[in-house]
Amino acid sequence: MTNEAILAKIREAYPTAVVDVPEEMTDFTIILAAEQLFAVAKFLHDELGMDYLTDVTAVDYPDHFEVVYHLYSVERNQGLLTLKVLIADKTNAAVASVTPIWPGANFMECEVYDLMGIDFPGHPDLRRIMLWDGFPGHPLRKDFENRTFTFKELEPTRPKPPNW
Amino acid sequence: MLRSQTINVNMGPQHPSTHGVFRMILTLDGETIIDLKPMFGYLHRGIEKISEGRTYVQAVPLTDRLDYICSMTNNFGYAVAVEKLAAIEVPERAEYIRVIMAELTRLVNHMLAIGFLFNDLGAYFTPVLYALRERERLLDLFEMVSGSRMMCNFMRPGGVAGDLPEEFFPAFAKAIDINKRFVEEFDKLLSENEIFLMRAVGVGVLPTQEAVRYSITGPVLRASGIPYDIRKTDSYSIYDRFDFDVPVQQEGDVYARYQQRLQEMRQSIRILEQAQQQIPGGPVMADLPPRLKPAKGESYARIEAPKGELGFYLVSDGSTNPYRLHIRSTSLINLSALRNMCVGQKVADVVTILGSIDITLADVDR
Amino acid sequence: MSSHEVTMDEELKKNLFLTTVDTVYNWGRKCSMWPMSFGLACCAFEMIGVAASRYDCSRFGMEIYRASPRQADLMIVSGTVTQKMAPQVKRIYAQMAEPKYVLAMGTCAISGGIFTSYAVLQGVDEIIPVDVYVPGCPPRPEALIQGFQRLHEMVMKQSIRTAPWYQKSPTSSI
Repeated sequence: MTNEAILAKIREAYPTAVVDVPEEMTDFTIILAAEQLFAVAKFLHDELGMDYLTDVTAVDYPDHFEVVYHLYSVERNQGLLTLKVLIADKTNAAVASVTPIWPGANFMECEVYDLMGIDFPGHPDLRRIMLWDGFPGHPLRKDFENRTFTFKELEPTRPKPPNW
Repeated sequence: MLRSQTINVNMGPQHPSTHGVFRMILTLDGETIIDLKPMFGYLHRGIEKISEGRTYVQAVPLTDRLDYICSMTNNFGYAVAVEKLAAIEVPERAEYIRVIMAELTRLVNHMLAIGFLFNDLGAYFTPVLYALRERERLLDLFEMVSGSRMMCNFMRPGGVAGDLPEEFFPAFAKAIDINKRFVEEFDKLLSENEIFLMRAVGVGVLPTQEAVRYSITGPVLRASGIPYDIRKTDSYSIYDRFDFDVPVQQEGDVYARYQQRLQEMRQSIRILEQAQQQIPGGPVMADLPPRLKPAKGESYARIEAPKGELGFYLVSDGSTNPYRLHIRSTSLINLSALRNMCVGQKVADVVTILGSIDITLADVDR
Repeated sequence: MSSHEVTMDEELKKNLFLTTVDTVYNWGRKCSMWPMSFGLACCAFEMIGVAASRYDCSRFGMEIYRASPRQADLMIVSGTVTQKMAPQVKRIYAQMAEPKYVLAMGTCAISGGIFTSYAVLQGVDEIIPVDVYVPGCPPRPEALIQGFQRLHEMVMKQSIRTAPWYQKSPTSSI
């Protein structure tokens, strides 16, 4: 099944979900509406056999966030399908978690939450895994300037017993 | 009926058996594990953020330090990703050199993985010392080619940094020959060992259906019965010119993963022998502008690193620096199934299971 | 090894060494220093290479890597110390019993290395006192062995009268 065939089936089942299919991308990309992501993802997993989610990541653009999903299919040995979700609201960014469908997305979404600050409602255990809870800011955002800290500067933010 | 209580045990981040700074909080009922919470981030160095301030070629030494045992394959993955983004053609000789270095790295990694697995089991140091002795021979080859034993910084977008010196091929032929005999020696010494069989068979089983759901890749996936190897499915670089098999084991336990790595070492030696005969002459680097500026766009490319699937997601905005470099790490995703593999096992098996997944903390935390 | 003229019987001369307390004290300490296994990142693999058969560190008496800080003399900080790991490094250093030495191996431990980022401590000497610095990324095993030799020279020059771990009260002459 080619990527275009998958796109046709998604359009059939969820007519309003597909927002855009950009031309001239190196990888075939489908941009979905954020509210329908979970339903389309479940459809892709159950009906169309896209059983292998390889990556969940996010990119910070000046006016919106993009959450990017890379999917493959192991049983049909099919190549890369990229899904994207655009989030315009940067202060309360949230998109439904796909961990109930693909449990491997657990740590990937935790990392996106930690470093970009995007919330994933429905995630079983969302916590800051790379840095700690009190760390000031979300480092991978473009407005976080890449500077070095001294030990003393970050000392008040570190977790104290018994929460370490 | 005795009323018992569960205990929380903290293992890590500094512990004799953990492979680097990895911390686990185990909830135990007696000796049986009820819950396991992995905590990492103790080696998070912010590589993705640093690479946004560097050019595409300056980011290559940063990728060296991702999975530090296999620095050549990290460079390979990054070079493949930039070449896909910027549509660069790589000369033939460079492709062959890359495949040779990648398969040598796979040998190094699997030897160390098996050696450290036995370290965790308690065969204190003897298998590791054998493996390290062979590793030194292969590190001499890396030093001959790139100038450094570990952080090679050798494969660049467009080709490789320099041609192979004359003394490389005799040393290389000798090294493969010795390594072939060493794999047989390792197999004979370790595979039928009674203590190893008792401690590894049936321990830490990852069922086939779960392996793909948890996005596991690499030898762990193939030891659970799924013959998925990116060298065959994606055929990146020139892997379609070589004749090699994809070994598969069915049980999915620690012993199966050990056997899987051993078989993969044999297949790597097959590829190396073929590459040695087929390698042509020619240039080793494509003709690129001094500062690489790919067109605006993004792409995702992946390779079969020794530990699993290593992917790079690159977003370019037309300038000399990547706008976003995301590293799809092998070890982080392979850890998603750790909890499922360990629940129900005894606490003495946790370290064995962790050793059999074969993680490197710098790859988990980046 | 005597610097004073002392008259002794011939048999005694063959069985007696005359030396200073400092020399014996330092010699015992230098020849059996037990490192703690504290490999953080990439440099750990060069440290393991030093412990392996080609660059054997057992000839310096250092092949016993103790896992527990309470039983070790030397902490080889090999690898990047991140901001998240820094409190644990401090705690482990505090747990070591004196006399203790610290060897900062690799540029990440000396000054943060190539990782000038929000998450990396720029040098482990911000939090613990370091005795020997071994630069390199990673330093070759021969470089680490030279670091060990410098450390041994340093240990041989110590004296009981001025050793910091005995200075709990004002010094009095021995």
